[in-house]
Amino acid sequence: MTGAEALIWSLVAEGVEVIFGYPGGAVLPAYDALHRIGQPRHVLVRHEQGAAHMAEGYARASGRVGVCMATSGPGATNLVTGLASAYMDSIPVVAITGQVPTALIGRDAFQESDVCGITMPITKHNYLVRDVRDIPRVVHEAFHLARSGRPGPVLVDLPKDVANAPTRWESYPPPLDLPGYRPTLDGHPRQIELAARLIDEARRPVLYVGGGVIASGAAELVRALAERAHLPVVMTLMGLGALPGRHPLSLGMLGMHGAAYANYAVSQADLLVAVGARFDDRVTGDTRRFASKARKIHIDVDPAEIGKNVPVDVPIVGDARRVLQELVRLVSPARRDAWWEQIRAWQEAYPLTYERRPPYIAPQDVVAQLDALTAGEAVVATDVGQHQMWVAQFYRFQAPRLNITSGGLGAMGFGLPAAIGARLAVSDRPVVAVLGDGGLMMTVQELATAASLGLPLPIVVLNNYALGMVKQWQAIFYESRYSHSLLPAQTDLVTVARGFGVPGRRVERPEELTGALAEALAASGPYLLDVVVDPDAQVLPMVPPGGAIDEMIGVRGRQA
Amino acid sequence: MRRILAVLVRNRPGVMARVSSLFSRRGFNLASVAVGPTDDPQLARMTLVVDEDEAGVEQVVKQLHKLIDVLKVSDITADAPIERELALVRVAADAGRRLEVVHLAEVFGGRVVDVDEESVTLELVGTPDDVEAALRILRGFGLKELVRSGTLAMARPGRLAAARSAEMEGVRI
Repeated sequence: MTGAEALIWSLVAEGVEVIFGYPGGAVLPAYDALHRIGQPRHVLVRHEQGAAHMAEGYARASGRVGVCMATSGPGATNLVTGLASAYMDSIPVVAITGQVPTALIGRDAFQESDVCGITMPITKHNYLVRDVRDIPRVVHEAFHLARSGRPGPVLVDLPKDVANAPTRWESYPPPLDLPGYRPTLDGHPRQIELAARLIDEARRPVLYVGGGVIASGAAELVRALAERAHLPVVMTLMGLGALPGRHPLSLGMLGMHGAAYANYAVSQADLLVAVGARFDDRVTGDTRRFASKARKIHIDVDPAEIGKNVPVDVPIVGDARRVLQELVRLVSPARRDAWWEQIRAWQEAYPLTYERRPPYIAPQDVVAQLDALTAGEAVVATDVGQHQMWVAQFYRFQAPRLNITSGGLGAMGFGLPAAIGARLAVSDRPVVAVLGDGGLMMTVQELATAASLGLPLPIVVLNNYALGMVKQWQAIFYESRYSHSLLPAQTDLVTVARGFGVPGRRVERPEELTGALAEALAASGPYLLDVVVDPDAQVLPMVPPGGAIDEMIGVRGRQA
Repeated sequence: MRRILAVLVRNRPGVMARVSSLFSRRGFNLASVAVGPTDDPQLARMTLVVDEDEAGVEQVVKQLHKLIDVLKVSDITADAPIERELALVRVAADAGRRLEVVHLAEVFGGRVVDVDEESVTLELVGTPDDVEAALRILRGFGLKELVRSGTLAMARPGRLAAARSAEMEGVRI
């Protein structure tokens, strides 16, 4: 057996269903082994960036480790954006890269790049395999690291001579050799007791949940805790779906583009219970004025997150699910009617709403109709920008792992390949891509991948012929000087899609919208809907960067 | 605030790069670093001197811990650690001033390791403060070349605060 075969068999042994990849010189041994072994399934992307985003999309939708593969040099560097995105959002991904032969490393060989050096700050760990006998152990460790503790991407760089070297297959899995890696999973019992007491005593508590809840499979426990203690729940972008968006205790997203009432609740809270959330700047605004009246409990599996951005009163290091299991048991059932009366008053006075400006289609209407048509039960992959925030605001995700978005890195070009990855992970629900016209163009070549797979995938483009979020910031903070944020209306996206073998249509009038969305959802393969929307629609309300989250602009009061 | 961290790492390629990449990426202030193998060749011991406030040091320690190749991180600042630094310094000294430099070296507990027509090369070993004090005087002669090892530090037996080791539990050497 060769090293490359040991690699592929190790992937099979890890239960890998699908590899997203693109061949090239240094990774040819692995591709030949893949050909001979005939598994796992391989999806040929059209650009390695697509492979990395598909692997993340697959991982985000399924909770399993996503796998991508590329050759050395440019193949490996093209993975970088997807790995950075997976790292920021703690998504389990294993990337396999070919490397030039060991003897050429450091000689500036053809297609050589120091991918371990390049990805060091954007991976949880990485490996340059120098000994063929290490391959099974390294693969096993890579998967273990990727999915355990705080998940994240791990890269395995395999020089061509190591891949070609003979080796013997021993039993799998080989023992792990990770003495420096022992995530703390069980929370400290006394800290959990203290947290329960603070929740019992709080008059205006808020549960603030993030992607860690999704990663640890703790959504049901969030619901149990919220219902037991009558807690309002605010979610980060990564946490959406932790509590169903239609649940009466859900206040939706908080932060820069959160609902005003969500931010008011946090600002007036006397206790903030953060679970699997990292007090990101898009959530907190000015940290000194964030939840300044509240004592803070912070539950996170990564000790380095606790106290990183905001001081906390009760730190609990542990897996969200394990800690919440204990916490739910200890918290007393309660009703908090006075607090809820205040929150309902804010919801009544400052609803999350938007303006329609006929004859334009309001982009928020597209999202709201999609939400209605799919009952909030579809997997929705977005790109980055205005449409992403409109999805976060108006698509009420009913379950975890439905919201597929590049939250921390905010990588444009993510949406289409991530939707394809999610499509391969999920068979029992619709998977929809909601993209902006800017983001689509960054990875538009993956339409070819979608076409070749032939799986149902509605691709809804909110087309405002602009880099909408850039334009919005320029409108608000740069006196409407639209420096290089307008995309001339010369690209006919429907024709482009057709060229890739993806049918589609353009929608320009509000009355066409519902029918067109239904048509896209019913299509048996990928289908692109180019929805021309109000070019001046803005994502509101908004916390100006560095502001306090209860000082939002664009809050719309209830119209008389 | 100057803090001394004793860091036990796996002795393998790339570990130094991971640690230094962490410091530059997170913007931590690193004053000195010294590293070498331990009695077990599989392990290396680093002494990091960082200049951070309380919260900054806490982040440094936690972030170092996240590196897979890092086995143990101890903040030994409060444990009155034994600190040593080695400096090699070539001091400008012709025949006329040579004896003066040699005498000064004796005062500071240094050793003469090389002499030529225009200079005397000294080896200075002591606490970082001792080394700095010697250098302050020697600068008067003119320093032609200076190389310092960075601080090496070791906690005194029994002084490693119990609380601190508890904080690091879950990490096996």
